[in-house]
Amino acid sequence: MSAEREIAVDYLARVEGEGAMYLKLRDDEVIDLKFKIFEPPRFFEAFLRGRRFSEAPDITARICGICPVAYQMSSCNAMEHAAGVQVAGQLAALRRLIYCGEWIESHALHVYFLHAPDFLGYNSAIDMAKDFPEQVQMGLRLKKVGNQIMILLGGREIHPINVRVGGFYRVPTKRELETLVPDLEWALDAAIATSKWVAGFPFPEFERDYEFVALQHPEEYAIHQGRIISNRGLDIAVDEWPQHFEETQVEWSNALHARLKQRGSYHVGPMARYSLNSDKLTPAAKKAAEDTGLGPICTNPFRSIVVRAVEIAFACEEALRLIDAYERPAEPFVPVEPHGRVGYGASEAPRGILYHRYEIDEEGLIADAHIVPPTSQNQLSIEDDLKAYVPGHAHLSDEQLQWQLEQAIRNYDPCISCATHFLDLTVERDAPGS
Amino acid sequence: MTTETRLRPRLAVWKFASCDGCQLTLLDCEDQLLEIAGVIDIAYFMEATKGEIEGPYDLSLVEGSITTPDDAERIQEVRRLSDKVVTIGACATAGGIQALRNWSNVDDFISIVYAQPDYIATLETSTAISDHIHVDFELRGCPISKHQLLETIDAFVHKRQPNIPGHSVCVECKMRGTPCVMVVQGTPCLGPITQAGCGAICPAYDRGCYGCFGPAESPNIDSLGRWWKGLGETDTDLVLALRTFNAGAPEFKEASDFYER
Repeated sequence: MSAEREIAVDYLARVEGEGAMYLKLRDDEVIDLKFKIFEPPRFFEAFLRGRRFSEAPDITARICGICPVAYQMSSCNAMEHAAGVQVAGQLAALRRLIYCGEWIESHALHVYFLHAPDFLGYNSAIDMAKDFPEQVQMGLRLKKVGNQIMILLGGREIHPINVRVGGFYRVPTKRELETLVPDLEWALDAAIATSKWVAGFPFPEFERDYEFVALQHPEEYAIHQGRIISNRGLDIAVDEWPQHFEETQVEWSNALHARLKQRGSYHVGPMARYSLNSDKLTPAAKKAAEDTGLGPICTNPFRSIVVRAVEIAFACEEALRLIDAYERPAEPFVPVEPHGRVGYGASEAPRGILYHRYEIDEEGLIADAHIVPPTSQNQLSIEDDLKAYVPGHAHLSDEQLQWQLEQAIRNYDPCISCATHFLDLTVERDAPGS
Repeated sequence: MTTETRLRPRLAVWKFASCDGCQLTLLDCEDQLLEIAGVIDIAYFMEATKGEIEGPYDLSLVEGSITTPDDAERIQEVRRLSDKVVTIGACATAGGIQALRNWSNVDDFISIVYAQPDYIATLETSTAISDHIHVDFELRGCPISKHQLLETIDAFVHKRQPNIPGHSVCVECKMRGTPCVMVVQGTPCLGPITQAGCGAICPAYDRGCYGCFGPAESPNIDSLGRWWKGLGETDTDLVLALRTFNAGAPEFKEASDFYER
């Protein structure tokens, strides 16, 4: 006798933005599955038209309050690419430094506030703090250290004001940056302790054969620059994106999904970066990864929490290195004139590659803008994970299965506020009938 | 529900069209968050917790603007469930950057972004929460200030008015000791017409204020416009500067429409 059952989560908690999940099962067979996004669209690509190229960093930052630096960096990269300008030396180092701050802040938020409660059976980190006060305090302080970098270098932690096309408005003195050192040294130890703590969580046995896509750079663990590569042979410059990626509509969801042409779903974010670039990690981060038993690649998405902890350690260590090597540049920015040109830019947002493309007219106004955030790219992979996970776990109660599927979505730290300005949606809050 | 537990005020945090940054500001209160959770019940806050305590709520913080027919209904429900409603951030208080659609044909916007425009359920405009319901207090900023948020929560818990100054960013520059970027560097700045609250960050980083906190009390935009033109800025520059995150704030809207004519 076959039994049909439905599991619907109308409003996913502990993700950034408004999303839902719907699953219909017959025995252990998935009949219907949707990872839905009902966040209202805000039309960034539309209203960017007619704005000055120089406004793109400040305007696109407002796509996401959790990863504004990623938007600022990808848009700056695109404008500089259009103008044929390379921002290098200490200005590039400062970009990397503020990005480290964003990685620390965003990853600490996800590890401690959004994801750890799943593994330990709590509704929130605030509930978790009753039984794990030291850990939650540590998570809060780690997050604060990330924010301190953003505040010093960017002026504030959400929507920093100091980033501009070509560099910064004002560059800090070495002495100012050195005030961050004691906290960063503490944070490096705390991140290593975090990686040990989360590595002991109970992980479901679940592996998938992903196509991982991330930036790669010959000299460093790629954040703000590099080529786009994958574990299946992709190796392209950022301006080759349109030849290799496409956005398609899925008939049942009305949502545009990014996919690799001919190949389909792929995976971006910490697990992809780690699996493609782990040999470029800094020494303490490399050791932390070894001590947790991660291995050179990671294909269990539930273990992404361990990878995030390792990346926090990396970001702290890298920030310390950048501060140590810092010499204040003579000029805070280089001139950039992208008039009448097309530019492409990408960088590694905490959740994965963030791609921007702009056409600039002769007046310096944006004629066309195209932005592909990481969560749009991971949507297909999220759904594939859920479809693959259900058959082996259909014996679980609805409540347990729902909990684990929500957890599987949160493996990606999905940022729905980011994804939605571009996703094609219908508002459908209730699970549809069979 | 016992009387004793009900003495703890209940806080709800709601999201409409936004970037999540203003509700993140609450989680960015790293030194105060657990203390806050110790004295008030965080009863509904989807970004932070799966746990949900049913309304009514003593204080609702509302982030985001109204851009869809569903959200126009949902905000009415928020009002019914809440004793006090405080809107947080430029989206909720002025419609946000997404209010730029208010100067365009929204159908054009949809077709620029979406392959299948028919599926998009959206309103012609992005509007402030106060255009739809009575709002007890508006907290400005893109994003809001952490200190102003803590002050506002504390004020409502203790049933007093929040102490949030309405003066301009210029006052904060003077308090910070920052030389005027317009006078000294000739950099166009919105500080004289923008409400304080950020701490006058931009001039301290050698750039002009770009208006994150919206219009200050009685802003003299006409005078600022003359100053800007004296620095070589055009009507178009003024229109673009006034039409960002607080484009829908009445004083900024009126002025940007004036400079566009």
